[in-house]
Amino acid sequence: MQAFIFYPFATLAVLGALGVISLRKPTRALLSLILTMFSLAVLFLLLQAPFVAMVHLVVYAGAVLVLFLFVIMLLGIGARETRVGENFKKGYLAVSFFVPVAFSALLISLALTSGGGTLQPAEGSPDAFGRLLFTRYLLPFELVSFLLLIGVFATVALASAKPPEKS
Amino acid sequence: MPYTPYFVLSAILFAIGLTGLFIRRNLLLMLLAIELLLNSANLSFIAASARWGELTGQVFAFFGMTIAAAEVTVGLALAILLFRNVDSVDTKHIEMLKG
Repeated sequence: MQAFIFYPFATLAVLGALGVISLRKPTRALLSLILTMFSLAVLFLLLQAPFVAMVHLVVYAGAVLVLFLFVIMLLGIGARETRVGENFKKGYLAVSFFVPVAFSALLISLALTSGGGTLQPAEGSPDAFGRLLFTRYLLPFELVSFLLLIGVFATVALASAKPPEKS
Repeated sequence: MPYTPYFVLSAILFAIGLTGLFIRRNLLLMLLAIELLLNSANLSFIAASARWGELTGQVFAFFGMTIAAAEVTVGLALAILLFRNVDSVDTKHIEMLKG
């Protein structure tokens, strides 16, 4: 049953990702990233993470990608990709292949060999998630909110910087 | 259903995103590729969380999203500043950062 949902959405996610890196128009690349995000949210639901799936939809598809869309429209023709693949070396492909394969081989071997029970649907509820977030992970949570505050400061500082005199 | 396909999908997405980061020459599209990388990492976190019955993975995926949001705001502000200065978001114009 799970496989019937997993494989179509995994395929959609990969197709969307290929669109992100190959389409020339920024708007189209952005829309195919939204496709990937939606499929990933479905996969998160399959993995008993309903809260993270919903936050993923709201924060990514709702806020971050719309922000991207605004910037692309603001820049207009200047955002157009002109040359794909210049300065590209074959060695880069080896890196981008080797790093994820090594890491996920490690994860898969761990997942196949080590013990430990899997997550039951009731354990992944937003209730349990919130309790864990505000007890054991309260300090990281506060640090992350501080990071967002610094992000706001950085954006305001950058936006109010005066452009240099063009010569 | 075993959890191996989730890790494989995460590796595929990461490989695609890293390749995109290398071949793109447009700052905005490079930021999109970075989003792809962060999302594949989140998928790994959540799949591991389901595999080991431990909610910690979901909490860290949540933190990862927050970091991605902060990164995007600063990155887009930088892209707009670059566009304002050199009328383009092409990375070849950032060569003035060379010492």
